[in-house]
Amino acid sequence: MKRYVYINDDESLQELYCDNQISNRKYTVLNFLPKNLWEQFSRFMNQYFLLIACLQLWSLITPVNPASTWGPLIFIFAVSASKEAWDDYNRYLSDKKANEKEVWVVRQGIKKHVQAQDIHVGNIVWLRENDEVPCDLVLIGTSDPQGLCYVETAALDGETDLKTRVIPSACMGIDFELLHKIKGVIECPNPDKDIRRFDANLRLFPPFIDNDVCPLTIKNTILQSCYLRNTEWACGVAVYTGNETKLGMSRGIPEPKLTAMDAMIDKLTGAIFVFQIVVVMVLGIAGNVWKDTEARKQWYVLYPYEGPWYELLVIPLRFELLCSIMIPISIKVSLDLVKSLYAKFIDWDNEMIDQETGIPSHAANTAISEDLGQVEYILTDKTGTLTENRMIFRRCCISGIFYGNESGDALKDVELLNAVAGSSPDVVRFLTVMAICNTVIPVKSKTGAILYKAQSQDEDALVNAAARLHVVYVNKNANILEIRFNGSVIQYEVLETLEFTSDRKRMSVVVKDCQNGKIILLSKGADEAILPYAYAGQQTRTFIEAVEQYAQLGLRTLCLAWRELKEDEYQEWSLMFKEASSTLVDREWRIAEVCQRLEHDFEILGVTAIEDRLQDGVPETIETLRKAGINFWMLTGDKQNTAIQIALSCNFISPEPKGQLLLIDGKTEDEVCRSLERVLLTMRITSSEPKDVAFVVDGWALEIALKHYRKAFTELAILSRTAICCRVTPSQKAQLVELLKSCDYRTLAIGDGGNDVRMIQQADIGVGISGREGLQAARAADYSIGKFRFLKRLILVHGRYSYNRTAFLSQYSFYKSLVICFIQIFFSFISGVSGTSLFNSVSLMAYNVFYTSVPVLVSVLDKDLSEGTIMQHPQILFYCQAGRFAVFPLYFFFIFRVFSINRLRIRNWANLLHYFSRQLYICWLMVIKLMQDCF
Amino acid sequence: MNSNTPSSSAGRAGSADSAAPRRNSKRPKYSKFTQQELPACKPILTPRWAISAFMLVSIVFIPIGVVSLFASRDVVEIIDRYENVCVPESFRNDKVTYIQSDVDKICNRTLRVKKLMKQPIYVYYQLDNFYQNHRRYVKSRSDSQLKNNNSQDDVDSCKPEDNTADGMPIVPCGLIAWSLFNDTFNFSLNNQQLAVNKKGISWKSDRDSKFGKNVFPKNFQNGSFIGGKHLNSSVPLSEQEDLIVWMRTAALPTFRKLYGKIERDLQPNELIQVTLENNYNTYSFNGKKKLVLSTTSWLGGKNDFLGIAYLTVGGLCFFLALSFTVVYLVKPRRLGDPSYLSWNRNPGGH
Repeated sequence: MKRYVYINDDESLQELYCDNQISNRKYTVLNFLPKNLWEQFSRFMNQYFLLIACLQLWSLITPVNPASTWGPLIFIFAVSASKEAWDDYNRYLSDKKANEKEVWVVRQGIKKHVQAQDIHVGNIVWLRENDEVPCDLVLIGTSDPQGLCYVETAALDGETDLKTRVIPSACMGIDFELLHKIKGVIECPNPDKDIRRFDANLRLFPPFIDNDVCPLTIKNTILQSCYLRNTEWACGVAVYTGNETKLGMSRGIPEPKLTAMDAMIDKLTGAIFVFQIVVVMVLGIAGNVWKDTEARKQWYVLYPYEGPWYELLVIPLRFELLCSIMIPISIKVSLDLVKSLYAKFIDWDNEMIDQETGIPSHAANTAISEDLGQVEYILTDKTGTLTENRMIFRRCCISGIFYGNESGDALKDVELLNAVAGSSPDVVRFLTVMAICNTVIPVKSKTGAILYKAQSQDEDALVNAAARLHVVYVNKNANILEIRFNGSVIQYEVLETLEFTSDRKRMSVVVKDCQNGKIILLSKGADEAILPYAYAGQQTRTFIEAVEQYAQLGLRTLCLAWRELKEDEYQEWSLMFKEASSTLVDREWRIAEVCQRLEHDFEILGVTAIEDRLQDGVPETIETLRKAGINFWMLTGDKQNTAIQIALSCNFISPEPKGQLLLIDGKTEDEVCRSLERVLLTMRITSSEPKDVAFVVDGWALEIALKHYRKAFTELAILSRTAICCRVTPSQKAQLVELLKSCDYRTLAIGDGGNDVRMIQQADIGVGISGREGLQAARAADYSIGKFRFLKRLILVHGRYSYNRTAFLSQYSFYKSLVICFIQIFFSFISGVSGTSLFNSVSLMAYNVFYTSVPVLVSVLDKDLSEGTIMQHPQILFYCQAGRFAVFPLYFFFIFRVFSINRLRIRNWANLLHYFSRQLYICWLMVIKLMQDCF
Repeated sequence: MNSNTPSSSAGRAGSADSAAPRRNSKRPKYSKFTQQELPACKPILTPRWAISAFMLVSIVFIPIGVVSLFASRDVVEIIDRYENVCVPESFRNDKVTYIQSDVDKICNRTLRVKKLMKQPIYVYYQLDNFYQNHRRYVKSRSDSQLKNNNSQDDVDSCKPEDNTADGMPIVPCGLIAWSLFNDTFNFSLNNQQLAVNKKGISWKSDRDSKFGKNVFPKNFQNGSFIGGKHLNSSVPLSEQEDLIVWMRTAALPTFRKLYGKIERDLQPNELIQVTLENNYNTYSFNGKKKLVLSTTSWLGGKNDFLGIAYLTVGGLCFFLALSFTVVYLVKPRRLGDPSYLSWNRNPGGH
């Protein structure tokens, strides 16, 4: 379970762990052909075609030239094999580039230039500014005297802000020269793919005596594929190398998604195969019987009386080959082709380019466009998806006084400005918390202006607002923060940062005021995570009111609090914190527990209200898509009131009396159960009324409902067209998607942040908004768009067209194959059931390729209705959702049509075999063409 | 990735180039194709359009049907089934023995001309229940051998009539050639020989390019089991027109093949004496044999199907046009009325 990394030990570790050779390749030169063929032949259709092609090599039974099957088959295989090979070759090249990059590594105590692939676990790797990190390292030294360095993790998680990394305390102050000779052991877990966790310990050996085990966190590491920025040099110990790095472990090809249409085609192929077997058996028996009775009398056929042992098999096998065209070999190629074109159309669409950023929409998954047209449920994130995720500080409530209520902008509120000017202590303390209780890094630009690099948009808004109110967070120098207020600079030393987690819902910093040496705890967080912990006696009523009032307006609220700590209280707690931080098991939970011991008896300072504006066109988009019969669920981590307000403002739910909100809440199983049943009852009653009923559930109740009352909740999910789930975690989001999928609904999940990734990957279709929270969601998604409103066009225009086109194409492919096959079958009845092919090889091949496959590809440009009409009548999407264009009965309707036309033609009098066949052939082409045009 | 970007722009540059291949690249120029705005038309089948289309079809089709039916009726055909009557009474119970015996198989038939038959009059023989399209039969030929003197040995596909017993290749090989039809017909009118032109009865393309001018029959019908007609081994295959006609295999088990042309008019009530040699064995599989004399019209031989098909379709369209007109007049409906949309007709039902 654990690995022990001996730093700088050249002998012991070489073989134990893999070297740093990165390999993303699927194949090697030797195994490419067998492996690729094996993969391709694991598909039923390909096995089938191979069998047919092999049978055709037997000239006794083949009706046509084997080339007519081998040709297309080899072509198809060659195309997909070369595509794979090309991809793999590119992977090989990029691997090679990464592997052969020269890095400085310490060998036998001397710094040497070696190739990246020769790094071993335990080696010390030196990096300079802007170097890419070759493997996962534990920092042991940087150019910064405080042991800090900055990394950019965009390649890892898509977040573009700079992150601070710090060397472990044990390595603090080790001389530059001595770093070559450092020895020690790092105890760390086996490689995993969690890029947010690294629970390890470090112990240095003499002469670097530090008897304490030094805890390591993700903050002490720099991971593969990150870039070192704003730091002259840094060095670290390789702990995970090659494909065992965090990045390497999290790589991996996600399961390919299968569309409803693909499933239908597979099912149909199976059905046709069964049908084909039946036809072959019937005709085979009939053929053998005819041969033994009639054909003996036909002296000119000269049937020998004694046949070889396989005599009985010959005629059935001939029919098998004749009927093999029932399953069109071209369907896979044509579908692949048109699908990639659909994806291109999405990429190309000028109307889906985000005008602000110039980012076009992108279809990363080219195979599932038609599923877009069949979406029944859209699960959407709120922040950044429906809203812009551009936070603006609007109002606040400081010690019971509301600011910004009149103008709607606290920054312009004269009273607040006066209070700041008058250095009102409450206000100053409030602003100080706003300015420094965060993980923001101020960066001085060349012009002297201060830019803030923040991971959270809320923090960014708060720091900026504080700066506008003259409490400017100027500089962060290692642990020393500088704040400029009214011309004077105040310094704080950061002692601990209690980071934000979605469970704790608050973050705190412990700082020491450098002027008077006081130790203060500054906290900010959600109301329910702060207000209950106010010191006994503080009136929190006004704050609760403020929170409610702000939430009513759809604003995001944060409560700010602080507490002065006594020196010994802090010291005592600090030890516990240190211990908790160095545990290997359940570290997060332990830390949360320890934090809890400090975060109490707060003095509540006030409440901030941040506005997150709706994106353009969100209400219209939701309305249109709802008209199209799509149900919306909103899954947000935000609090209930805010979620409801946003939902109201974007047409998600209708206000009373037209709409009705049903609440599912409760802390215990019984309460949840009761409220669930009540809601279900109401829902059943109102389902017949034209009333918009939505249910609201919070994360806690959802947890219980999903665990214990899954059935009832599923029923509720089916009944309800709208739902709001607030305070939900990423995994709950994914669970909800799963729930809807299990009810056979086509789900689309849309989100913008890292917390939506799981839901996006889980859903049938994942859409990522390339927004301000980084590209993580957009990368995991099948489609990435710039703005929520493009969803309308993506579904109604691209999805619907793709669906119709694929439906037509697949139906048509089967139709045309069946048509020609039925002619062959009918002909066999008048040719002595002997398995004669009516058409020659060239005609058959030309029919399959030139006349019927290539021309129909033009249907990819087909538009049955104009875009305007669809937008006007989004209800037209019902037909797609119901799958009405590609249902089983319709295929059979096509087959019956084949029968009826056949009877008509067969009676036609014609004399010569080839003339007759050509005549029929031309007739067919005309009929087929007509069908094609009429559709 | 470039690791040497100046440090000042480091943050931005890094994020940009990591995303570059996907983000900034493909912003295509505007074109009607990429925006799916190619000009298109979607005809709306309004009642007027539908009615006029049906009307038009019926107006065009009905006359064509009538004309082609008349053309087909103008064709005069004399059909004489002879396979039964040409067997002497004594052999009626065992026709196969008769046909395989060496007795004289001359048979006389008299045909009466019912209507004036204008030249050229085509003479066909018609076989019933003969499967020229049987797989074993239809594949048993060698096109290269027929065409080319050098590929005499190319007889693989001809089994079982590929080589003689002593291993010599048969030219022309295969079941089709081997079973060549060998009944002969001689016509006389008023005791005068009626010339039958046997030149030019096959396809010109077959004579020119499928059957070689320097390919002569060899070892043909030398086996113990004689299939059909013998060929004159001094005449090249390209001039053996009976063979060429026969080798164009029929698609259906009932077929006619051209025997020759009579190039003079036949007057009504004239009696034609046919002296035929009944050699070909259709008795073992109960096949009928018929002699057919037929004139042609501009549409070809006698075939009512085309006319009937045209009349049916035209009539159907006419009927539809009429009934649509009635519906249109009795119960007109506004074009593009959204209340007819399915979701408006039954609200709430999805």
